[in-house]
Amino acid sequence: MSVATAVRPRGPGFARGRAVSAFLHRHVWLRLVALLSLPMLWLVVAYLGSLGAMLVAAFWTTDPFTGAVVHHTTLDNFRQLVTQSVYRTIALRSLGVAAAVTVIDALIAVPVAFYMAKLASTRAQRLLVVAILTPLWASYLVKAYAWRVMLGRDGLINWVLQPFGLHGPGYGLVAVTMTLAYLWFPFMLLPVFAGLERLPDSLLEASADQGAKAWRTFRSVVLPLLFPALVAGSLFTFSLSLGDYISVNVVGGTTQLAANVIYDNITTGGNLPFAAAAAFFPILVMVAYLLVARRTRALENV
Amino acid sequence: MRHRRSTATLSVVGVVALVATACGGSSTSTSSNSGAAPSVPKIPMASSVGAGEGSLNLVNWAGYAEDGSNDKTVDWVHPFEKATGCIVHDKVGNTSDEMVQLMKTGQYDGVSASGDASLRLIYGGDVAPVNTSLVPNYATVQPFLKNRSWNSVNGQMYGIPHGWGANLLMWNTKVVKTPPTSWGAVFDPNSPYKGKITAYDAPIYIADAALYLMKHDTSLGIKNPYALDQKQLNAAVALLKKQRSVIGEYWNDATKQISAFESGDLVLGTTWQYNANVVTSDKKVAVNTVIPSESSTAWSDTWMIASHAKHPNCMYKWMDWIISPKVNADVAQWFGEAPSQSLACQHTAKGFCEQYHAADQAFSDSLYYWTTPTRHCLDGRGNICTDFSQWTQAWTQIKG
Repeated sequence: MSVATAVRPRGPGFARGRAVSAFLHRHVWLRLVALLSLPMLWLVVAYLGSLGAMLVAAFWTTDPFTGAVVHHTTLDNFRQLVTQSVYRTIALRSLGVAAAVTVIDALIAVPVAFYMAKLASTRAQRLLVVAILTPLWASYLVKAYAWRVMLGRDGLINWVLQPFGLHGPGYGLVAVTMTLAYLWFPFMLLPVFAGLERLPDSLLEASADQGAKAWRTFRSVVLPLLFPALVAGSLFTFSLSLGDYISVNVVGGTTQLAANVIYDNITTGGNLPFAAAAAFFPILVMVAYLLVARRTRALENV
Repeated sequence: MRHRRSTATLSVVGVVALVATACGGSSTSTSSNSGAAPSVPKIPMASSVGAGEGSLNLVNWAGYAEDGSNDKTVDWVHPFEKATGCIVHDKVGNTSDEMVQLMKTGQYDGVSASGDASLRLIYGGDVAPVNTSLVPNYATVQPFLKNRSWNSVNGQMYGIPHGWGANLLMWNTKVVKTPPTSWGAVFDPNSPYKGKITAYDAPIYIADAALYLMKHDTSLGIKNPYALDQKQLNAAVALLKKQRSVIGEYWNDATKQISAFESGDLVLGTTWQYNANVVTSDKKVAVNTVIPSESSTAWSDTWMIASHAKHPNCMYKWMDWIISPKVNADVAQWFGEAPSQSLACQHTAKGFCEQYHAADQAFSDSLYYWTTPTRHCLDGRGNICTDFSQWTQAWTQIKG
């Protein structure tokens, strides 16, 4: 076959293509618009558009009987959320769970990541990364229900604790915190691991040369350099915990969190405007969190 | 630096949008309906049933559309598909409220609505009136189920009665040695089964507390557990808040309650006969059920057709199929309810229809069927009652 020698004839299409590319080369702005218009359209219409629609809906109300949305602007939804103490309780409980999950994940992630980045052999390091990433492949629901089984009356946790005369936490807030801490752990570990890998060994050696003990080195050298990575990880664990309503339903017993209020008002309450108003809470919390996080320059680590 | 900042801002906006979309769900708004006194929207009724459209999308209670995947011998979906060419896609709704929401999406052809969903669907314009002359098996439906307040408006049927039954009290016979006879067993703050008691996770469960108060605290003057003024609602809420301390977990997903009873995490609480049947057939624990001395809240289900059904012919065929004597008998026995079809009792096991009082109008009238509470009191006291949105808010308060 003589494919190798075949040269494609340069027809009029080629000339037109060159003209277009020359034109684009001269007009930088046009090039940028052509490149970015689709993704920007996606961002503006799909992300911000739906967000805007939701925020507007928060000021509407529903027909109490049929559940149909009534386009009548009112602040009632917000008034209820602010004045009824139950919503404050739920909001504080949700913040508490999200904070606890974040702290637990950080406390576990730092030593594990330190071992992986600084002490483990290359082989062990790879194995550990695989071991930590593999659970991400399993479905969220499977993992949540696995915890339901483990936390149950005849579950693994009670079975282990029984010989010591102890009981597991059962279903409830503690169970929710444990389950969420497990679910979001990789999201904390990975940024911390990446942060530690970037930390030059020479800094640790220099600190040791100056006579610093392990704890002093950790506190004065490792932690300050690691802080942005920890903040980046906490963004994931905190926001994911704040938005979770499924684990609460699976292992939460009788408790409910902020996301349950939103979910229940959509599925059972049939009150979309109230759900939209309730969604302001996690949005405001996360905006505040992100603004603080930005100051630490942690977002460059995400 | 400037460049970095703007990327940071951009990602802030992006993440916020992500969180918001994840938390908020879609904000589709339904057709605006005035909040004034309800009038029934004019929805055209079918005048004939043609060939099936090849597909049928249902919202139904667990156990109402069995295709053999739970039990190989329990299958009335495949024979229907074979007979009509309508392939059934069913979506289980856990609560009436969820069913109303699902029907509002407009993706479904029909729903098995209980009385607390049916009227909301009718007045919301989500379902169409049903031409009963196009459903041949309707003729032999129990007469006391026809033209009732929960399935018709002004003498016009909005669906086909499917079956009915009471919410029951279920207990693990190994753990709860003395069979309970009163709903008081689940409202006792000093119960020995503290932490292993369950309750139905939906605002309509407030009616169960109201029914208990109606029988035990006559000073409140409750006449109908679905018609509560503010004082009566407060009393029911107080009772349920006290109950919360003995609840292990709430349920509205039938499979969740079944698994919790089978693992021993729950031993006592309200249930459907269906859940008890599955627990019994799995043979992990032994349970028993009873209608307590106070009587019970109950449901009476109606198959309704969506006002914008994409497969109306298949839905009419389904409504006729599900109340045909043999199939209605199968559903009733699988779920554990009274069949609506009077001829179904010829196909049920011996004694089944007697056990469920299938033809017993007096028994049927003694139950308190799920009904949507409205400001206009159902017991005729005027406009002083609490409406369903107040019940919904109250339910959040109860769970704390």
